[in-house]
Amino acid sequence: MAMDQVSTAHDDHAHDHKPGFFVRWFLSTNHKDIGTLYLVFALVAGIIGYTLSGIIRLELAQPGIGPLTGLMEFFGYSGDQAIEHAKHFYNVVITYHGLIMIFFMVMPALIGGFGNWFVPLMIGAPDMAFPRMNNISFWLTVAAFIMACTSMLIPGTGEFLGFGGGWVLYPPLSSATGHPGPSMDLLILSLHTAGIASILGAINFIVTILNMRAPGMTLHKMPLFAWSMLVTAVLLLLALPVLAGALTMLLTDRNFGSQFFDPSGGGDPIMFQHLFWFFGHPEVYIMILPAFGIISHIVSTFSKKPVFGYLGMAYAMVSIGAIGFIVWAHHMYTVGMPSDMKAYFVAATMVIAVPTGIKIFSWIATMWGGSIDFEVPMVWAIGFIFLFTVGGVTGVVLANAGIDHVLHDTYYVVAHFHYVLSLGAVFGLFAGWYYWFEKMFGVKYNKTIGYAHFWTMFVGSNLLFFPQHFLGLNGMPRRYIDYADGFSTWHFWSSMGYAVTLVATLIFFVGLIEAAVRRRKAVANPWGEGATTLEWTLPSPPPFHQFNELPEVKPETHH
Amino acid sequence: MRFLIALLTLTPFSAVAYAAQPEAGALNFQPAATRIMERLHGFHTYLMIIITLITLFVLALIIWACVRYSRRSNPVPRKFSHNTLVEIVWTVVPVLILVAIAGPSFSNLFYQENQPDLEVIAESSDDNPNTYPEAAAEGWITIKAQGNQWNWTYSYPDELDDGGYPVEFVSNPIHRQLSGDEQSYVDATGRDDFASLPKNLAADFPLVIPANRYVRYQTAASDVIHSWTVPAFGVKTDAVPGRLNEGWFLVEEEGTYYGQCSELCGKDHAFMPIEVRVVSPDQYNSWIESMKAGEFEAAFDGLPSAQAQTASTDVPTDAETRLAQAQ
Repeated sequence: MAMDQVSTAHDDHAHDHKPGFFVRWFLSTNHKDIGTLYLVFALVAGIIGYTLSGIIRLELAQPGIGPLTGLMEFFGYSGDQAIEHAKHFYNVVITYHGLIMIFFMVMPALIGGFGNWFVPLMIGAPDMAFPRMNNISFWLTVAAFIMACTSMLIPGTGEFLGFGGGWVLYPPLSSATGHPGPSMDLLILSLHTAGIASILGAINFIVTILNMRAPGMTLHKMPLFAWSMLVTAVLLLLALPVLAGALTMLLTDRNFGSQFFDPSGGGDPIMFQHLFWFFGHPEVYIMILPAFGIISHIVSTFSKKPVFGYLGMAYAMVSIGAIGFIVWAHHMYTVGMPSDMKAYFVAATMVIAVPTGIKIFSWIATMWGGSIDFEVPMVWAIGFIFLFTVGGVTGVVLANAGIDHVLHDTYYVVAHFHYVLSLGAVFGLFAGWYYWFEKMFGVKYNKTIGYAHFWTMFVGSNLLFFPQHFLGLNGMPRRYIDYADGFSTWHFWSSMGYAVTLVATLIFFVGLIEAAVRRRKAVANPWGEGATTLEWTLPSPPPFHQFNELPEVKPETHH
Repeated sequence: MRFLIALLTLTPFSAVAYAAQPEAGALNFQPAATRIMERLHGFHTYLMIIITLITLFVLALIIWACVRYSRRSNPVPRKFSHNTLVEIVWTVVPVLILVAIAGPSFSNLFYQENQPDLEVIAESSDDNPNTYPEAAAEGWITIKAQGNQWNWTYSYPDELDDGGYPVEFVSNPIHRQLSGDEQSYVDATGRDDFASLPKNLAADFPLVIPANRYVRYQTAASDVIHSWTVPAFGVKTDAVPGRLNEGWFLVEEEGTYYGQCSELCGKDHAFMPIEVRVVSPDQYNSWIESMKAGEFEAAFDGLPSAQAQTASTDVPTDAETRLAQAQ
């Protein structure tokens, strides 16, 4: 019955007729609506993931185990029992902070949200290739998220709730030895489900991009955001099945007596790490490549210049994706590998710096000679370029296995990957948000609030993560609820940085509410001559169904 | 930026000090206690110079582009989008920089990773800072660290007692933030120095090794993965169930060195410290003899106390004073 309504709605597009609320948002097949759903979902998951990081920073602001003991006392535990529960809960918090931010915030926002919204618009397609599969992807992600959150609340090990073994899920801590409870099984199911959702989404993007580009738009004229999504989707398609395989082996180890990762039966826990990081390293590029695409468009738009070295930019992303599959063991330098193998991974890892450098320099060259408008998205993009460089160069330090023997599993690593993800991918996310906000929602945001959001976020996140380099160099291990007194200075400042980002987040929501209340009418192209991609040829917001007549891309126009 | 400069200036001097625990406000590695770590200090400083220059260069380009090519200074944008020469330059120059990094990186890696051939070293001359012929002549001291939830079992496979069993003992954390921590420490050791021990770093029965001897360490685990590390030594090796991993180091100076488990291992991951007491050969010999005789308490009571050892090196523990002295 419901499906009939959807197909009726489709026949009505000449009048831009939208289906009723339930059909539109719960049985959605429209790429823009699904994109919006993903963005709202990512916002909700982001708030939860961000709250978890707040718990981490609150606990680490001072040495000792304070706030979490208080929390456990609130839940009815007392004395030493409250402390023991606090210790386990801390591990649960860091685990789910990572999982939620990766699988349920950054990926849904950048790929599901902006990808769904703008890949069809940019390539001149009416919708995604498989609209219903698109809907399944979204709701499977929601289901996966609910299962992940539920798994925090059911027994993990002994009397302790939730899985506290880190987002990397290393056995034996994640097998029946470390976490015999049902929490880990539910988490595996959650990640399987999220993985299926992502694989379906990836297939959808690949088919859409390869088959549904407007007439005349060859791959070499396709906008760089579509390029970034194509590479990302291929990485998802190749990497996620490996994670799924590793998770399935873990599941059968836990429940059906197999011993893939159990040395007592001839298995090897390190094999899980190889499988996990064969997925895990491409995964970090999956999170950053869409941001690369967004930044290219923003820099080009506000410099009023075409992207410098377009083909180099596209193939830099392709090569980053390709090399990303052959560097995974740099996450595992300390597990006991032969030195020649480490030397190989050192060399392969450092090679990635070359295409990444090409991207950074090409963005700057795009600005060079331009006439730059410092609109809100542009300041986020410039912030991204600089902060991603800082995160990138510490990656070169960590690539060296010799130094990584000291820095592995310390806060230096935490600082490094938060610079590339929290100040990289998330800055890219906000840049895209402010770039496409009017286009998506049909209303203008308050620019002053946008600038205030940027500057507080810039100061706060740097104060939060820069001191963590010092902690890591001095030996502060990751995933510690309590630390030696010597580490307290920088932990305090790091937590102060979190407080500043809290203000930034409030400003973000103030901006959102202000825009919703004021409802200033958006224009089709607020950015002027620099905004050359197809989405700016449509009204804001775009009609429910666009490009009923496919746009023609003329031979001389370039992306 | 001031931090980075301070970081750079500190590095060469900190290599000569022997405080081996984290310091308030510290910006860099803990002082090196082994040649492995000393080399890493140097290599890291070299890397810091390179990455700082790169970051500043990128920052300068961004600022220059923002100032020179703002809408106000440059109302009419130019339309170029290619320049083969600069594209070649910014591909080739990074490659050259990476090659310049890879050289010292590999030599440091192989120095750490490949167990030295003591027979060859014993015959070699004295002037190579990377080898210790006198120590090599005395052969290896082998220790094994087995990670358990949540303590370490240390054993000395070559030191057998009368019954043929190797010297082996469990090194427990003494701070777990629980109310009974002090009492269990006193019960286990009979010592009264609980209050003075560094929080989250000290163990009841530390690993004991002699100074100036080649130490081969092995790691294993009984339940989940742990990781045995001492930052001042520049070593970190995972302790993995079903595997026996191996590494080596040589500590020149006597002292007390601390590390902390570095692979998430469950609830008390933050509370399984690694304490290494590096003592003189005589002290080590009498310790190991007492251990073989089964006199555990006497063996450990005979060691110099951790505080005395830290103080005896006579090196200020805070970075600023060290910097001032070095200058």
